[in-house]
Formats: sequence, C-alpha cells, structure tokens
Amino acid sequence: MPYALCFLLFVIGLYCAVVKKNMVKIVLGILIMECAVNLFLVMLGYRHDGVAPIIDRAYYDPGTGQIAAGFINNSVDPLPQALVLTSIVIGLGSLALMISICIRIYEKYGTFDITQIRRLRG
Amino acid sequence: MKGMTIIVKTISSWVKVLIFIFGIYIILFGHLTPGGGFAGGVILASSYVLLMLAFGGDFVQKDLPLALDSKLDCLGAIMFVMIAILGSVFSGAFLANFLVDKYGAPLELLSAGTIPLSNIAIGLKVGASLFLVIFSLSICHKGAELDGE
Amino acid sequence: MAVFYILLIFIIIASLIAVETTDLLSAVICIGAMGFGVSLMFLFLRAPDIAITQIVVEVLGLIILIRATISRDLTFISGDKEFFATIVSVVIVFMIFLAGLKVFETLPDFGTPIFAEVPKAASQTYIEEGLARTGAANVVSSVILDYRAYDTLGEATVLFTSIIGATVILRRTAKRKTDTLQPASPS
Repeated sequence: MPYALCFLLFVIGLYCAVVKKNMVKIVLGILIMECAVNLFLVMLGYRHDGVAPIIDRAYYDPGTGQIAAGFINNSVDPLPQALVLTSIVIGLGSLALMISICIRIYEKYGTFDITQIRRLRG
Repeated sequence: MKGMTIIVKTISSWVKVLIFIFGIYIILFGHLTPGGGFAGGVILASSYVLLMLAFGGDFVQKDLPLALDSKLDCLGAIMFVMIAILGSVFSGAFLANFLVDKYGAPLELLSAGTIPLSNIAIGLKVGASLFLVIFSLSICHKGAELDGE
Repeated sequence: MAVFYILLIFIIIASLIAVETTDLLSAVICIGAMGFGVSLMFLFLRAPDIAITQIVVEVLGLIILIRATISRDLTFISGDKEFFATIVSVVIVFMIFLAGLKVFETLPDFGTPIFAEVPKAASQTYIEEGLARTGAANVVSSVILDYRAYDTLGEATVLFTSIIGATVILRRTAKRKTDTLQPASPS
C-alpha cells in the first residue's frame, strides 16, 4: 500500500509534465517525479523495526573486532541509500540547468508559455 | 544586486561562520556519523549563498571571486582522480582503498584509509560548483535589470 | 506504520496543490513543503544521511526556483485550456497507474527488504564485512567511496558537466551593435 501511494506521486508529476503549458510548471513536474523515484528506492530497503546502517560503540567489540548480531539481523539495506544519495545531488544540478534555459527563453520571447514560442527564428 | 537591512546583515555574518564550521564537521566525520562529502559540500555552498543574499553580489565577489571558485572546483575533481590513480599504482585496481589498516583503529577520527580524503575532495567540488551556479543566476538577473529589459 | 501513511498523504496533497494552482509562487512554496515531507519520510525510514542531504538540497533548490520565477513579471498563468487533449492525457495517465499497480504485487511486502529473500546478496556482504575490510563505521560511506566508487566518479562528472553547461548558458556576452555593421555585399 505505501508503494501505491508513492507511485501515485510519480503519476501526478507525470501528469504535470505532460499537460501543463507553463515552462516552470513542467520543471516542477519533473522535480516531483525525481522525488517520487528516490522515495520509492529507499522504501524498497526498509525493514520493520530496523536500525540505521551505522555501527557505533554499542554494536562493536574492539577486542575481537566483531559486530553484534543485533546489528546484522536488524539493519536496513545500505545499497539503495548509497545510490539515492548521489541521485539527489544530481537532481539539483539538472534543476539548475533547466532553470537557466527557462530564464534565457524568457529573455528572448518575453513569456513562459510554450504555445507561443513555437516559431524558430532563423 | 543590493543587500538587505542592517539587522539581517549583522545576524547573518555571525550565523555564516557557524554554518561553515558545521559543514566542515559533516565532511570530516563522514565515515563515522551520517553525512559525508555530498551533504557537507551543499552546506558549505549554502553558507556562501547566505552571505550573497544578505550583503549583495559585489561584497561576495571581493570575498570569493569567481575565478578562485572555478579553480577550487577543478582542484576538488583533480584530487579525487589522483586518489583513484594512486589506488591503481599501489594496489593494482583503479579506485582501490590503498591506505586501509595503515593508520588508526576503527571508530576513530583518523581511520578508514582513503575514505576521509575522498570525502574532502567531493565536499570541495560539490560546494564550489553549487555556489558558482547560484552566483551566475544572480548575476544574470542583475544584468537584466541594468539593461532595462 | 501510521506515520508513513500520514506523511505520504501530506506529500500527495502538497504536490496536488503545486500542480493545480495558478500562482507560480504558491506552487514553488508547495514544492518546498513536499521536499520537507520527503526528508521527514527518509528520517523515519532509517536513512539519516539522505535526510540531511535532501533538506539542504531542497533549500538550495527553492532559492534557485524563486530567483527564476518571482523576479519576472509573469506570475499568473493565463490562456484557455484545450479540453479534449486534457481528457485524453488524464485517461492515459490513469491507465499507466493501473498497470503499475499490477507490478507491485510481485514485490515483497513493505517492511521486508529484498536482500532478505535473495541468498548471497551484495548488501549482506556490505553489512557483515564493511567495517573489517574498509575501516569505516558508516556502512553507506564505505559503499559509496570504496565498494561502488565508480558511481561516485560518474556522479562527479555529471555534476561538473551540468554546472558548466548552466554557467555557459547564463553568460552575458557583449551585445553586437547591429546598426553600425557595414552592409556586407561582396558582389
């Protein structure tokens, strides 16, 4: 059931990116889709009553170098978290690129509306 | 681009130092507590963005010129690639952790081989890049005001 | 478990308002609320690294969006809607949603990670041997900077390229004075 709500968020972003006519609204739709995908990836790795994948002194025995079984059996998946971490920062970089294109188009045509910028000026 | 009122300028000059130190803490302790190079780099960039919003673009140009910012960005990238190539020279595999178990014990600040060095390189790179693009956005806006568009 | 549903409903309502409102500033503020809700959700999903990164990236993203939108003249969206195109798009998007729901029946339930069902999964190795092999107590850091460092190199390249592209697009070049050009007619 939480997966379905996350996919609903993705579909809302898809609707906004496809149907709307204002350029900034299209950028917001792409942003919603990115957030939904990151959330879905982290939800895949969740374990009921799990612990965060960080080893502190309670789980570590410095004499033998052994990690407590409570950590190994209860930790959540660290691999999706690593991939989503880079994905969030790349999303910020691509947002900067999209907004800079929008600003340039506004300066040239005077509007954010995509139905009025169809003519390519030679 | 103009700055803001005197209250905002005073408070933000104090808060900016705290945010900068917090960003460096997040980068350096990235292998022990949550955080790491990416989050710490973005926090460093946002401390300079606070300075730019409160004091105006001209003040920040004297503090951190754009040419120096680009050089810091490239320096961070070159440091990361150097660590990767040195891993190949010393251990036979590209990006191998060639300093593991050479210094420090686990769960201390000086440990984990090349991971803190990579964190510093990534933090420098991400912070300098993001400040560069936000400053370019504000310069573009200022140019639009000057041209009367 | 109830806290997940409450946060997800909050995120969906914020995104619906952002999509449907006609004022651009309200839409940007609702995107900020949605990002904050997503960061809280990451905290409850036991991912503190990602919660920190999401909240600071959201703040910088809001600054970029507000720079672009409210300092321009046009903040209200006008124009007539095309009714038939909107209805067709909504129907197709709804069918995509129904098809996606079928896929989720093949996944394990929420609360059982996939690596608990697959024998000899990579994540099990990272959890058990991460501290011994790399010396880092934060298993996520050891994954992104030691086991999967190629992905970090790729991320640094993509970020570098997109920032250079944005800076080049925003560069102010000198305006050519078109009224002082000599008429170029060689013949």
